[in-house]
Amino acid sequence: MNNTKVTDASLVRDYLDGNENALAALIDRHQHRIYSFIFSKVYDKDISEDIFQDTFIKVIRTLKRGKYNEEGKFLPWVMRIAHNLVIDHFRRNKRMPKFDNSGDFNIFSVLSDDDLTAEKQMIKDQIESDVQELIKELPEDQLEVLTMRIYKDMSFKEIAERTDVSINTALGRMRYALINLRKIIEKRNLILTN
Amino acid sequence: MGKLYFKNSSKEEKSFHSQPKKETIEFLLNYSKALKVIDYKNAQFETLLN
Repeated sequence: MNNTKVTDASLVRDYLDGNENALAALIDRHQHRIYSFIFSKVYDKDISEDIFQDTFIKVIRTLKRGKYNEEGKFLPWVMRIAHNLVIDHFRRNKRMPKFDNSGDFNIFSVLSDDDLTAEKQMIKDQIESDVQELIKELPEDQLEVLTMRIYKDMSFKEIAERTDVSINTALGRMRYALINLRKIIEKRNLILTN
Repeated sequence: MGKLYFKNSSKEEKSFHSQPKKETIEFLLNYSKALKVIDYKNAQFETLLN
């Protein structure tokens, strides 16, 4: 088909008469200008593709609905649609800016996932269960203070009241509990690190 | 030597930023073929027949 001899208006009429090839000819004729216009505004190939596609979806729907006004010329009309969609794109982006992670600053150096990996979680569970077994070897009074402090998150004042001793005694028992725990760990050559 | 370091951009590369992908055009042509607008009384209905 020699597109240069057929006017846009004629191709639009053919398309409205059901000739789908006329649309292919119109797109082929104007795709370069329309796409370049969009790309010159958004500087992103994927977004340009999307806007180009949305532009022609609008063109197709308007033509098929019989709403196209032949008074205006085809290309300026399509360019106007593309222009409006580019504006819509920037409005949307202003409301919800897209962060481009391609620069020097890496967002993931600030936003990190603090959750443990499955492997580290398993190791942590294992260490906690080992420690629970080890503390059973502590003398009763030290075990009591350590359990209240570490597992029940009680203050030394509360521990002192509950065990009916002075705060200093509770602190001392905690200190000896930790010293003895370290000794047990050393004696058994255990490595309790994640 | 210069030829080794400076690659002339091909026609394809030049058109990379100036025209949409073939897939996009194909999608639009298929969309157009599938879209039917039905007039009923004062209303219009769109149907996509794939």
